[in-house]
Amino acid sequence: MGALEHVWGEFASWLPHVQLAHFLIVSALLFAFGLYAIITRRNAILLLMGVELVLNAANLNLVAFSHYKMLSLDGQAAAIFVIILAAAEAAIALAIVLNIFHRFQTVNVDEISSLKE
Amino acid sequence: MAEQILNDLPRLLPEVTLTATMLLVIIVDLLTKRSAVIPAMIALLGLAASGALAIGQWGVHTTVFSGMLAVDPFAVFFKLLIAGCAVLVVLFSLGSSELNNRERPLGEYFALLMGLTLGMMLMAGANNLLMMYLALELSSISSYILAGYTREAADSSEASLKYVIYGAFSSGLMLYGISILYGLTGSLDLAVINQTLPSVVAGGGTAVYALAIAGILACAGFGYKISAVPFHFWTPDVYEGAPITITAFLSVASKAGGFAMLIRFLKVTFIDPAAVAIPAGAWATLQGFDWHYIIAALAVMTMTVGNVVAIWQTNMKRLLAYSSIAHAGYLLMGVVVMSNEGLAAIMLYFVIYLFMNLGAFYVVMLIANRTGSEDIEDYRGIGPRAPFVTVSLSIFLISLTGLPPTAGFIGKLYLFAAVLNTQGWVWLAVVGALNSVIALYYYARVLKNMYLEKSELTAPLTFSRPQRALVLLLVAPVLLLGIYFAPLAQLAQASVKIFGTP
Repeated sequence: MGALEHVWGEFASWLPHVQLAHFLIVSALLFAFGLYAIITRRNAILLLMGVELVLNAANLNLVAFSHYKMLSLDGQAAAIFVIILAAAEAAIALAIVLNIFHRFQTVNVDEISSLKE
Repeated sequence: MAEQILNDLPRLLPEVTLTATMLLVIIVDLLTKRSAVIPAMIALLGLAASGALAIGQWGVHTTVFSGMLAVDPFAVFFKLLIAGCAVLVVLFSLGSSELNNRERPLGEYFALLMGLTLGMMLMAGANNLLMMYLALELSSISSYILAGYTREAADSSEASLKYVIYGAFSSGLMLYGISILYGLTGSLDLAVINQTLPSVVAGGGTAVYALAIAGILACAGFGYKISAVPFHFWTPDVYEGAPITITAFLSVASKAGGFAMLIRFLKVTFIDPAAVAIPAGAWATLQGFDWHYIIAALAVMTMTVGNVVAIWQTNMKRLLAYSSIAHAGYLLMGVVVMSNEGLAAIMLYFVIYLFMNLGAFYVVMLIANRTGSEDIEDYRGIGPRAPFVTVSLSIFLISLTGLPPTAGFIGKLYLFAAVLNTQGWVWLAVVGALNSVIALYYYARVLKNMYLEKSELTAPLTFSRPQRALVLLLVAPVLLLGIYFAPLAQLAQASVKIFGTP
């Protein structure tokens, strides 16, 4: 019990002092959630949401590194490009999913398998 | 800054020409509805102009736009290869009944094809991680749409869905790897990363693990583009479902762009400047991160999975899809040895692969146009019915196997020689040779069906004169390069100059 309280105390004093590590942890969590969604979900829309999480995890990394390590603005510029590309990709992907729904009446990727393994 | 950009602009002319062509195709398509020929002609002219401008860049050895893009012989070689492939695919598209019998103009199709070509050309020159990601996405986004272009067909829709999901996922992984690499080295420019990496590796600790993770994640993006195992799952479905012209284009040009980018990434970023001079033409990677074994593992898995799974395929497009996965494995052997000889062998192989693989896809398309089937069972007894195209197909398949006297043999010879000339990789060459034997089995099965099996159908299949001429245009280099390959080999050896490496 004492040990747990100690760890909690450490954590509570670490948490408010936001540094690079905080951002990296959040981004790693986002990446992990995105990966989990892509692996477990079978709904095409949810898969694309997982991809979006992965892209934003990378964006967070780029911006956080750029800011906290006093690097050039390369990282922040890259993040803007990635946001635009993610939008373009989402537009294309959703159009394709819409077309799939018209054809198969489902967006479950396991049920869409006329092409054999 | 503005002056610098203006000065660099002439170096970007091949890409600018392609962009202009793309826009022109869209505009002309609006004016001349339902004509496929005029947009195609414009696309061909644009590609020819772009190729000519790329030839004009021969011998240039520089980077433009603050190091974003490299203009060097290596990039020029791949640009020409990609433009050549695009020209052939435009010609194929005009004769494809799959594309032309729909109530839809092909203008958009050619515009997207130009976008795809532009993306691949940028991949060949990208010298900055952001530029690499942008070029990869430009080519990917165009190919997602093109894979599903015949959207009435269920196969095609399914192919584009699978493509977009795998593609978006792999590029996401790659981007995360890039972001870690940026954090470790503080730059997105390959040359700067190369200068900073030794201190990162020397620092030891978690940075080395982070570097390994970043490298492997970045490889996911490249691996997806070249369809290396384990990033290949999209390949068979997309190749089977997409219009055959797009399949042909993806199997050659997309792979070429991916390889160009992978080689530049590995060579410029991870080359050890101190250890470079030791063996002639070879280049060592930085200490602390052994790329050789990662790439070697990819190569072995890719060729073995590609060849073994190809044995069970019953659809011709799917068979060629697995064969193209296997070829990515052979080509990766050239990357593993990390010598200029290996790179030259890859480039030589790509030229040969362009003709033999596009040829095989074109003949499959012609036969599918007539018989409406891509099933290997339906190839039974087709030999006597269409002697010219089936003999051509046989030559392409023999060349893909790598038997003399075809060009495929020369390509494999150079690749295996590069591997054998590097110490410690004999086993890799043995694995490659064994794989070629497996490949012989499934290619020979197609030949057996065409000539030895009987069929109740005997009506001859006729093909128009332009179609036969195009087949001849593809067969001739496959036979010719099997005998007279010295100039091409010299060209490949002269093109191994990558900017930022000694």
